[in-house]
Amino acid sequence: MQRALTLHQTTIGKKVIMALSGAILVGFTFGHFLGNLNLYRGSEALNGYAETLRALPALLWTARVVLLVAVGAHIAAAYSLWTRNRKARGSRYEHHKDLATDYAARTMYWSGPILLLYIIYHLLHLTILPAHPGDVYRNVVEGFQNPLISGVYIVGNLALGFHIFHGIYSAFQTLGINHPRFNAYRRDLAIAICAVITIGNLSFPIAVLAGLVTL
Amino acid sequence: MSERLLNLTLHVWRQNGPNDTGRFETYRAKDITTHMSFLEMLDVVNEELIEQGKTPIAFDHDCREGICGSCGFMINGVAHGPQRRTTACQVHMRQFEDGDELWVEPWRAHGFPIVKDLIVDRSAFDRIIQAGGYISIRTGSAPEANEISIPKHTADKAMDAAECIGCGACVAACPNASASLFTAAKISHLALLPQGQAERQDRARRMVAQMDAEGFGNCTNHGECEAVCPKGISLDWIARMNRELVRAAFKSDASVESSAAKGV
Amino acid sequence: MQLRANEPTGPIEHRWQKHKETGKLVAPANRRKYSIIVVGSGLAGGAAAASLGEMGYKVKCFCYQDSPRRAHSIAAQGGINAAKNYQNDGDSVFRLFYDTVKGGDFRSRESNVYRLAELSVNLIDQAVAQGVPFAREYGGLLANRSFGGAQVSRTFYARGQTGQQLLLGAYQALCRQIEEGTVQMFPRTEMLDLIVHDGRARGIVTRCMKTGRISAHIADMVVLCTGGYGNVYYLSTNAKGCNVTAAWRAHRHGAAFANPCYTQIHPTCIPPAGTYQSKLTLMSESLRNDGRVWVPRHKEDVTKRPEDIPEKNRYYYLEERYPAFGNLVPRDVASRNALYVTNEGLGVGPEVDGERRGVYLDFSDAINRLGEHTIRERYGNLFEMYERITGDDPYQKPMRIYPATHYTMGGLWVDYNLQTTIPGLFAGGECNFSDHGANRLGASALMQGLADGYFVLPFTVGNYLGDVRSLPALAEDHWNVRQAVRAVEERVKKLMNAPDPKHAPEHFHRKLGRIIWTKCGMSRNKEGLEEALEEIPKLRDQFWREVKITGTGEELNQTLERAGRVADFFELGELMCIDALHRNESCGGHFREEHQENGEALRDDENYSYVAAWEWTGNSAEPALHQEPLTFEYVKPTKRSYK
Repeated sequence: MQRALTLHQTTIGKKVIMALSGAILVGFTFGHFLGNLNLYRGSEALNGYAETLRALPALLWTARVVLLVAVGAHIAAAYSLWTRNRKARGSRYEHHKDLATDYAARTMYWSGPILLLYIIYHLLHLTILPAHPGDVYRNVVEGFQNPLISGVYIVGNLALGFHIFHGIYSAFQTLGINHPRFNAYRRDLAIAICAVITIGNLSFPIAVLAGLVTL
Repeated sequence: MSERLLNLTLHVWRQNGPNDTGRFETYRAKDITTHMSFLEMLDVVNEELIEQGKTPIAFDHDCREGICGSCGFMINGVAHGPQRRTTACQVHMRQFEDGDELWVEPWRAHGFPIVKDLIVDRSAFDRIIQAGGYISIRTGSAPEANEISIPKHTADKAMDAAECIGCGACVAACPNASASLFTAAKISHLALLPQGQAERQDRARRMVAQMDAEGFGNCTNHGECEAVCPKGISLDWIARMNRELVRAAFKSDASVESSAAKGV
Repeated sequence: MQLRANEPTGPIEHRWQKHKETGKLVAPANRRKYSIIVVGSGLAGGAAAASLGEMGYKVKCFCYQDSPRRAHSIAAQGGINAAKNYQNDGDSVFRLFYDTVKGGDFRSRESNVYRLAELSVNLIDQAVAQGVPFAREYGGLLANRSFGGAQVSRTFYARGQTGQQLLLGAYQALCRQIEEGTVQMFPRTEMLDLIVHDGRARGIVTRCMKTGRISAHIADMVVLCTGGYGNVYYLSTNAKGCNVTAAWRAHRHGAAFANPCYTQIHPTCIPPAGTYQSKLTLMSESLRNDGRVWVPRHKEDVTKRPEDIPEKNRYYYLEERYPAFGNLVPRDVASRNALYVTNEGLGVGPEVDGERRGVYLDFSDAINRLGEHTIRERYGNLFEMYERITGDDPYQKPMRIYPATHYTMGGLWVDYNLQTTIPGLFAGGECNFSDHGANRLGASALMQGLADGYFVLPFTVGNYLGDVRSLPALAEDHWNVRQAVRAVEERVKKLMNAPDPKHAPEHFHRKLGRIIWTKCGMSRNKEGLEEALEEIPKLRDQFWREVKITGTGEELNQTLERAGRVADFFELGELMCIDALHRNESCGGHFREEHQENGEALRDDENYSYVAAWEWTGNSAEPALHQEPLTFEYVKPTKRSYK
């Protein structure tokens, strides 16, 4: 087992940690999004869903711990790789032209921290310091009626979209999940998952702002 | 075939040695024909510099037919210049227009310290191969060649990976100066073949460790390496390398030894 | 000087075995006490250094490139011959031996060639075991093709990059030894002189190309695997760095240089496009299978576009002159005829130095007959390469081709053990003269380099060391060593401080190349060679007076590197012409216009069936000739005819 223990010391091992923790986080995000769809079913549905979760403290806290560890591992590995990559270039090019990379890939080191700040805000806003404890529906709708708060959510979710688009595609590479027959679909799958989550999440503040969801 | 004459402005990185700070210097290349190769254009500039008593631009080159991997620098921000799947020595001046301004810079990477001007030290690549990029076979102890049957498809794939010329463009183009494409190509070439199985896990672990020790960055899947690679080495090999490493990590020494003993 | 080939006697098929059985050995435990210098890291040098390191010797390996993986063996495209007879077409070791002796126009040593054919079989095994991805058939076994007009399919290949893959195999073996500490590698280090002590080769003087540091390396023996001297022509298919310096320095210390006039000119290369041309690119000979070679019949048509020249005004000179073989005549015949038609003013393409050197290789008939798809399948990558270099699309208009120097059969004289006339100095690969006679067959260069490196040298080196047992220690501050270092320093100083510096070394190299190419190239005659022998020394004097090198010797200085190599090419070029002038016959790559019969080369076996080994006398104009007579017990000399 000595070999498995040293995996995390390699850059590839760190990438594996990022891919696996990222997979957990994307999985959670997807579930979170599905649960949030209750918003469209009205106050009772959403609050009921929240109540159900709170009624299972063991599950809730296990999930929270797992997520916290995943976020921690994800950030620690990212930080370690980031400092390494900065050093790896040495001096900068005077002229440099990108040929293949895309916006999402280039901005991972920006979308990541933005996402972190957004998550902290989101937790403070709706989990830790809610205006109306126990009434999730009201907290969400009242919050989103404020264009400023909605703006934060929209920016945060756009960052999330870019981040998980490149993240999902990258995870396939990092975990070595490739096969000539399926390689072409890896990008499509990344786009699909990312589109569902992003469009779905963006729809909540927009629906509130548009007056489709009201108190 | 139609020939044009070009007058170009070159901004070339000049650096006396690893400790010099380096700077761009500007040269005019006059009456360059479009049939010249990029290196021949530099030859002409250099011969003029020598006759003027100045130090010519140092750049690595040897075969000048795109196979030795000696040459390579950035031309206008792209490793090996504007033509896809082409080394700098094979780029011809018909790729450029009269009056163009060209920026010529060395590969820049912590793992490739600059030796002089456009020449960098790529010995890190040699050390990565030394760490395990081989099959340990004693001269004279090889079995009859046709005793090893390898499906054509597998042999072709191994050849795809083996075509790497070790020029370093992948490192130069990667935003993280990662040597993943180079390392992955060799790990994959040998992992695909039955002859490479005995050392497969150990090879992946050692080569990746050496790649890291040389100070290269890691792969964040930008695909720049594949885009500039003169031999079109595929990004898929990096996925394969990652898989090889993970697999090696979860195989204990004992299972490696027993599989080697069984000849698996 | 005495030339002793040291060939074993007896039936040819047992000679190598017998030699190994009776030779001296060094016990495994004793090997680490011996140090060996290997110069060059191509197929021969890389394979030798790796194999010797593996056996336990202390090896130091030197190359001028930044990595041993870049040696010019890497550029070989076609393949490697081996008498495996996997195709069941009647091939055998004897047949490969026979073809090689005959292909070499009966100017090689039978015992060496037989050994080469014998070892070819093991090379494939070795390469496959190393992971060289040779082409395979659908059944999973190795594929072969017929190459260079051979009547059997015995050529193994890895796409168009056989040399690259074989070299990487040797390089990886070398890397393993570097990792194990048995081989110490010195890249970017150039050998500038040989150290001879007590009549034996004991070391080399090198210049570190990064720092300019000149230093001595002492060992028990020296192995040179430094490649050929094709760059004496300035334009060749060799890499820009290929040079004769190591071999030439050895020659000046007493190693005989054999058959320097045997050079091979390859007919299908891309012609020069201008005076700035720095090297030539070879395209596979297979193109002649489907392409038709022609030039305009009339001088006034040479500047016309080929499509504007009507069929009746096209001169398909190979088809007309050699109806039986047509466009598939052997390399030398195809090359010479291209020279003749362009000499008549019928050459096409851009004018370079007042001449149009190019002939058309036209695929339009083949495209009409077989369809563009088939041609693309057969030659797609070659057509692509042609277009990349010339900017012309060969599917639309004919290619332009012209011969270029490709390989040099001559080199340091070696005996059966690959030992030169200096004890303790061995030479392998293209830098020795041994196996190809006056002409090398396609796909044989890789075979020879690897056979020397993997199998011959590891045994003969041990045989030498086992024989001399212990050599007296030679200290780095011994007078002989210091003297050698000083001589190199002086030479560098002399190059750096020419009295009237005017031109870069290339200027002189181009001029030298032009003399040798026109007068000692594809076709030679007495008058031209005598002119060359007058012009070369004059140009050489001018070189030493006017060569201009900027910068200093104590840093990376590519101009200085080139200048030193050009200086040696001057002396070698002179020897080539002397050798060509003395050989009053035509054989293989050496075609003397005075010696032909209806345009066919006329060999003179009665007077010239020998190896011409030249000894340095201190005066480059008067080398001493030594002859090693050649006897043919197994392959009786016959005449070549392609009419």
